[in-house]
Order: sequence, then structure tokens, then C-alpha cells
Amino acid sequence: MRGERRWTRRNVALLVVGVILGLGTIFPLVWMVVGAFKTAAEVNSSSLIPSEITFDNFRYVFTQVPFLRYMLNSLFVAGLVTVLALWFHSMAAYALARLRFPGRETVFLLIFSTLLVSLPVILIPTFVVIRTLGLVDSYAGLVIPAIFNAFGIFLLRQFYISLPGELEEAALVDGAGYWRIYRSIILPLSRPIMAALAVFFFLANWNSFVWPLTITSNPDLRVVQVGIATFQQQYVSDWNYVLAAATVAALPTLLMFFFFQKQIVESIKTAGFK
Amino acid sequence: MSTSTPVLARTAGRTQRSAHLAQQAKRERRAAWLFLLPDSLGLLVFVGLPMVLAIALGFFRVDGFGNIDFIGGANYVRMVGDPQFWSSVRITLIYLVTLVPLLFAVGLALALLVQQKFPFVGAVRSALFVPYAISLVVVAMVWQFMLGDRVGIVNQVLSWFGVEGTSFLGQPSLALATLVFVTLWFQMGYYMVIFLAGLQDIPGEYYEAARIDGAGAWQRFRAITFPLLRPTSFFVLITSTVAVITGGLDLVFIMTKGGPAGATSLLIYYIYEQAFLFGELGYAAAIGSTLIAVLLIWSGLMFLVTKGGRFDDGR
Repeated sequence: MRGERRWTRRNVALLVVGVILGLGTIFPLVWMVVGAFKTAAEVNSSSLIPSEITFDNFRYVFTQVPFLRYMLNSLFVAGLVTVLALWFHSMAAYALARLRFPGRETVFLLIFSTLLVSLPVILIPTFVVIRTLGLVDSYAGLVIPAIFNAFGIFLLRQFYISLPGELEEAALVDGAGYWRIYRSIILPLSRPIMAALAVFFFLANWNSFVWPLTITSNPDLRVVQVGIATFQQQYVSDWNYVLAAATVAALPTLLMFFFFQKQIVESIKTAGFK
Repeated sequence: MSTSTPVLARTAGRTQRSAHLAQQAKRERRAAWLFLLPDSLGLLVFVGLPMVLAIALGFFRVDGFGNIDFIGGANYVRMVGDPQFWSSVRITLIYLVTLVPLLFAVGLALALLVQQKFPFVGAVRSALFVPYAISLVVVAMVWQFMLGDRVGIVNQVLSWFGVEGTSFLGQPSLALATLVFVTLWFQMGYYMVIFLAGLQDIPGEYYEAARIDGAGAWQRFRAITFPLLRPTSFFVLITSTVAVITGGLDLVFIMTKGGPAGATSLLIYYIYEQAFLFGELGYAAAIGSTLIAVLLIWSGLMFLVTKGGRFDDGR
């Protein structure tokens, strides 16, 4: 830790490299935000600081399209998916990691085999299933298929396997049922990984685009990503408006990133663990 | 005490205990299935069924009016003879073989950089990782803006250096490279974090010992870092391969729509186009199920090679 403060020649060299790479990486985002405050006449100029700062673009975005509605839709869908996914995945993972039953390995292998089959790959047949169930153009159609993926089960199972066995043995001797063990021992212990996964799921679902685009046509059900994409198609050359809309859509995720960076990093790290 | 216990009572105790154990095992079994119920049902209906359905749907012609005809293997025959399909396969392979090594190398290089201790390293780490928090829709829009012909900032900066402005997304040869670059920019922070986690698992004493032995930075990397990073490298190669094959749809959708002249028509976009723009659900499903088959074989191999999802290559 102390080494971080020292201004040795080596540290200065590393800092210079780091700053150049870091600034290069965030430049597109800075450019987006700056552009959102520029006037239509100036949006294509190469000046980093606008000669005139305007809020009109934002006003335009919020008055021309129901952007607030889009954001509430996203909030609702992403929030619900996150809660349900965490609940179901932790239950399944608990059974797969801590309970003995015939066929456990087979069930895990089956779940594991779907790990790589993400929604884009089965977009068409999933669409057909949702259409057959009559869920096209509904919140249920947006939420339900997004809940089920093996990734969360896999991570939670890995975590539960590493917990010491004595914890539940004592509870079992005391006559506690499995549901109580799950609720009062397993869940509290998995709070850190659940928090990490919650942020990760929420971010992924807030950012999802192709599925909502495919499954909804009702403008009232439009989520924010579909909203800005549609907006861009309409105002394709009015970059000042488009950038303002993009900034508004990116703001919640950027804020989440700054507040929950540790959790996001944690969930990614866990994903890399064997 | 034990010698005075009647034989009968002892056996009774044993059967009672084994009956109790059987009861316990039954309870445990029942609980397990109940806990598994929501997810297994969901995965069955929304992952398993679609996978089967993709195969079935591949044998039908579906038109926009909801008519559906069994046509046997015609979709597969069409696929094999479809130059656009093969072009998409080729483009996907180019995208794959350029991106996977790039993500690996850049992810590792960035991790090695931000693993060092220097002033403000935390801020640098955050900056390199932040694009990952942005949606691909926004990413695609921002880059489209920056790469605009003539007026885009990238072309303006190039012109300061006397480089002739160009149309990054309008030229077939450049459009795919641009897509690779934008994906790299967006994803590199993710792999940086994974490599960073792997690096932090390597005990620091190894490096100290090597330093005492007089090993230089490159020698330390070759003899310690790279071999001990094997599980992580393995994980990155496997997962980035799948992510690259199944990703990119949002980017293509916003930035290029598969163009110009089909130059960025990744397989996943071609499938989407056939299904939802041309209404060829059956044909799209045939291509899709081929892709699913490839991915299943890949995930089966991965399961075998990693001995059940352990990425330390079985050692």
C-alpha cells in the first residue's frame, strides 16, 4: 500500500502509461456527455468545451418521447428479474451443493450444459415459446425468460460447496428443516456473493436490448435501450439529441458502476474462480 | 454396559436407526427436488424446450401469415448452398480469431499494469473498466458518432496529422475491423478484472525468491506468472470464445445493420435478420440449431477437459 504513494521514477512512468490508457478509454464517454450539452451547430466541432452550454437537448428528449416511462419500465423489469433470479438460483444451488439425492450429478451436468446457450442463440425458438404462451407484448414476456440462466446457479453452487458442513449438521440435529437451513444459515452467509450477483444481474438486464426489441411492439412497454435505439433511428443526424438521450440512458449504469464497482468486480472475479 | 445389553435390543436399535436414516434420506431427496423445482422448470421451458424447438423448427417453412409446412431437410440443404450463410460463417470466424487473442493479450497486459502499485492506480483501473458498465446500444451510438465520415472526431484528429479522412463504417474492409476495435474497447476491462483475480492468487514469495535469484521482469513473467496463470488463461479462452460467437448482435444492429455489402453480417445477425426481418423463422432456426449444436459440443468438451467446470485443467 505504501508503495502507491512513492514518486519514484518507475512509479511516475507507470502513472504516465496508466493515465494515457485510462484517458483514452474514457474519452468516448466524455465526448458523449460533452456532446449532449452542445448546440446542434456545434455538436460536430472538435472543441472539448462547448462555447455555449445548453440543456435544450435534454429538455427535447424528455418532451419528445416518454423517456421517464422507458426508464421506469427498465427499472421494473431489471429489478424483478434480479430478485426472482437470485431467489430461484440460490435455491437450486443449495440443493445441488448441499443436499444428497440420486441424480444430482446428472441434473448438474444438464444445467451446466446450458451454460453456454445464451439468449441470443435461442432467440427464435424462445420467441415462439413466448408467443405460444400468449406473452408477447407483456411484462411477463420481458421478465420470465430473462430469469433462467445457468450462470448464477453455477456461481452460487461453487460458493455453497466451499462452506463448512458443520453449520447445517448442528441445525439438523436440532430438528431444523431444510427450508429453515436455507433461509437462516445459507442465505445470510451468501450475502456478499448475492450482493455482487444482484448488481451484475441488474446491470445486464438494464442493458438488454435484443430480447425486449423482439418481444414488444407496444410503446408503453418500451424499455430504455429500445427507447434510445428508436429515438436514434428517428433523429439519425441530430446528434445533439441522440447524445443527450444516450447520456440519460447511460447515467444510471454509470452511477451504479461508481457506487458498486467493488460488487461488480467481485462477481466477475467469482466467475473466474474454478 | 454393552455386555449386558440384550442382543435383541441391539438389533432393534440398529433397524430403528437405519429406518430413521432412510426417512431422513427421503426427506432430503424431497427437499432437494422442491428446491430445484423453479429453476429446473424454467430452464426446461425457456432453455431446453427452445433448444429442441430450434431443431424441430428447422424442418419447417414458416411464413409471415402463421402457415407452417413440413419441408424435411430443405432448410439445411438451403443453408449449405447459401453463399450469404457461408459469408457470415467466414466473417464470424474472422471476428473470432482476431478478437479472442486481442482480448486475451490486452486483458492480460492491462491486468499486469494495474496490478502494480503506483499513484492513482485505483482511478486508472476504474477508467479502464468503465466501458463495461455501458449498454452496447449506447456504446454503438457513441462510436458511430465518433467515427462519422468527415465530421466525426476520429477523422478530425486524423486530419490534424495529415491523414486523409475515411469512412470507417462505410467501407467493407474497415467496417469489420472497426467492430473488432469497439468490442475490444468495451470488453477489455472485463478480462482485465479476471486476469487481475488470477494474478492476485499467485503467492508473492515466488517473485521475491526469483528476484533474489536475479531473474529479470521478463524471466519472472515466463517462469512464474504465465504458468501459474494457466487456469485463468484457460477460463478466458473458453468463455471469450463463446461470448464472441454469440455476442455482437446489438453492435451490428445499431452500427452497421450487417453492411456495408454484408461485411459485418455476423452469423448471429444473419440469423436475426432471416427470422425477424425476412420472417424466415424455419430457415433461421435451422442455422440457429446448427450453431447450438456447435456450442453444445464446445460446452461438452469444456466440461470434459475442465473435469466439471474446474478451470485448473485437471491438475
